[in-house]
Amino acid sequence: MRQLLVLLAVFSAIAVLPAVITSEFSLNIVIMMLYAALLGQAWNILGGYGGQFSFGHAAYFGTGAYAVAVLQVQLGINPWIGMVAGALLAMAVAAFIGFATFRTGLRGSYFALVTLAFAEVLRILSNSVDFTGAGVGILIPLAPGPGNLQFETKTGFFFLIWSFTLAAFLAVWWIGHSRFGASLAAVRDNEEAARALGVNAFRVKMGAIILSGLFGGLAGVFYAQYFLYLDPYIAYGPAISVESLLVPIIGGMGTLFGPLLGAVALHTVSELTRELIGDVPGISLAIYGALLVGMVLFLPRGLAGIAARFTRRNKPAGTETRHA
Amino acid sequence: MLDVRNLHAGYGAVEVLRGIDLDIAKGEIVALLGSNGVGKTTFAGVLSGLVPAWSGTTRFNEEDITRLGAGRIVDRGLIHVPEGRHIFPNLTVRENLELGAYRRGRGNRARNIDHVAGVFPRLKERFGQKAGTLSGGEQQMLAIGRGMMAEPDLLILDEPSIGLSPLLVEEMFDLIGKLKAEGLTILLVEQNVLQSLEIADRAFVMENGQIRLSGKPSELMDDPDLQRAYLGLA
Repeated sequence: MRQLLVLLAVFSAIAVLPAVITSEFSLNIVIMMLYAALLGQAWNILGGYGGQFSFGHAAYFGTGAYAVAVLQVQLGINPWIGMVAGALLAMAVAAFIGFATFRTGLRGSYFALVTLAFAEVLRILSNSVDFTGAGVGILIPLAPGPGNLQFETKTGFFFLIWSFTLAAFLAVWWIGHSRFGASLAAVRDNEEAARALGVNAFRVKMGAIILSGLFGGLAGVFYAQYFLYLDPYIAYGPAISVESLLVPIIGGMGTLFGPLLGAVALHTVSELTRELIGDVPGISLAIYGALLVGMVLFLPRGLAGIAARFTRRNKPAGTETRHA
Repeated sequence: MLDVRNLHAGYGAVEVLRGIDLDIAKGEIVALLGSNGVGKTTFAGVLSGLVPAWSGTTRFNEEDITRLGAGRIVDRGLIHVPEGRHIFPNLTVRENLELGAYRRGRGNRARNIDHVAGVFPRLKERFGQKAGTLSGGEQQMLAIGRGMMAEPDLLILDEPSIGLSPLLVEEMFDLIGKLKAEGLTILLVEQNVLQSLEIADRAFVMENGQIRLSGKPSELMDDPDLQRAYLGLA
């Protein structure tokens, strides 16, 4: 319960930022941090809490993004409805991928490779059919107004992503305190033992991947409405899949606040490198890479692990496990 | 309590169990012995619904459970403690125990945790610790304690002594004796023949997916076949 209060306090504090931050540029950074936290939290549900490492979260992101864009542009459907459709379609894609992989018992690196393959298949498909705009991409017409899920100011978009991200964090808080979460942790730690206790591992993993797909899809919906342009590489490319997993790995997998810490850290680093080094292509990627290697070596439990180390001082020594 | 008739099972094209007949009465410790790879663990898996049976029947408390899923079998009180200390390393000892009551014994969780703490005092000292930090012997105790959380009618212990030091093996068998004294019915799947026969009421010896010998420990101990094939004696 204390964790929930902290969560609500943190998000309330974030909610006053638009009143404090006057520059659109800075508010954009906060928006991108919240967006990265949403994407990372989506991955964290399946990867951090469920132990199933997906390398293809772009599949859900891209489906949500394309759903809202295609419905608007091709069929003239309101993006609020598109948002719901995008979330549902992303969940359906997640259910399909989950069924195909978990039913056949794929785990570990096999699961990771197959999820990557699904995302790539979707990228190639979206590149070759007409209604997505194929390789040219799809442009959502500018039509500011809350009814169109577009906003005149960044503040409007801020509250859109703020509510998506808050919903994801509340869902993960619930996971941490529910019977479903307990069975998910059991499956992550030891699937055989979980099954012997009567946990239906398949059903639990399906639940996790569908929930993960929901929030991945919402991140895609937000992206489409915020930037108003998509192409197959943006929507289904590996960059999104990598960002989804980088955020919680840096922040702390399987923890509630890990994705938020990771998102803030990643965007701070990328802004700083841009500020200090300038826009030399690739340099921020090189720094990302070095950061990741450093994290895995020195902070296998992510930034949230540092916090835990301080709050658990009173426990006997040697109770912490390292798991990279 | 348990009655297995002509049970066949395997993986893919490989038949591992080739017609098993076995029975357990209430309150007994029955040892299932045999060397590596004869199908003991597969048999335990079929009983608890983790491995599908090909043919034959398993009756538990007069009910046919052959085709039930693992969850439904747990509901009926047949609890399997799998081989190789399958604990949840990143969860605390207490959380591991609580998960034992995932389907059965949920209402009595607090009482049963106290009970397990009484049987395994060493676990009690470590309730808040992550299970992955426990020693091998403690992890095995935790796995058994977690099985007890589901209030078993029949407890299947698959190789509880595997990978433990001789001293701990001794302790483990003492503990199993203690569980029997509490009135638990136990199927003990073991390679450790001598110590298993010391505490078992009856034993079955498996070879090549079939039961070769069965009887009381005293009869088996005198059997030259067993001595030669499984004890490396004579």
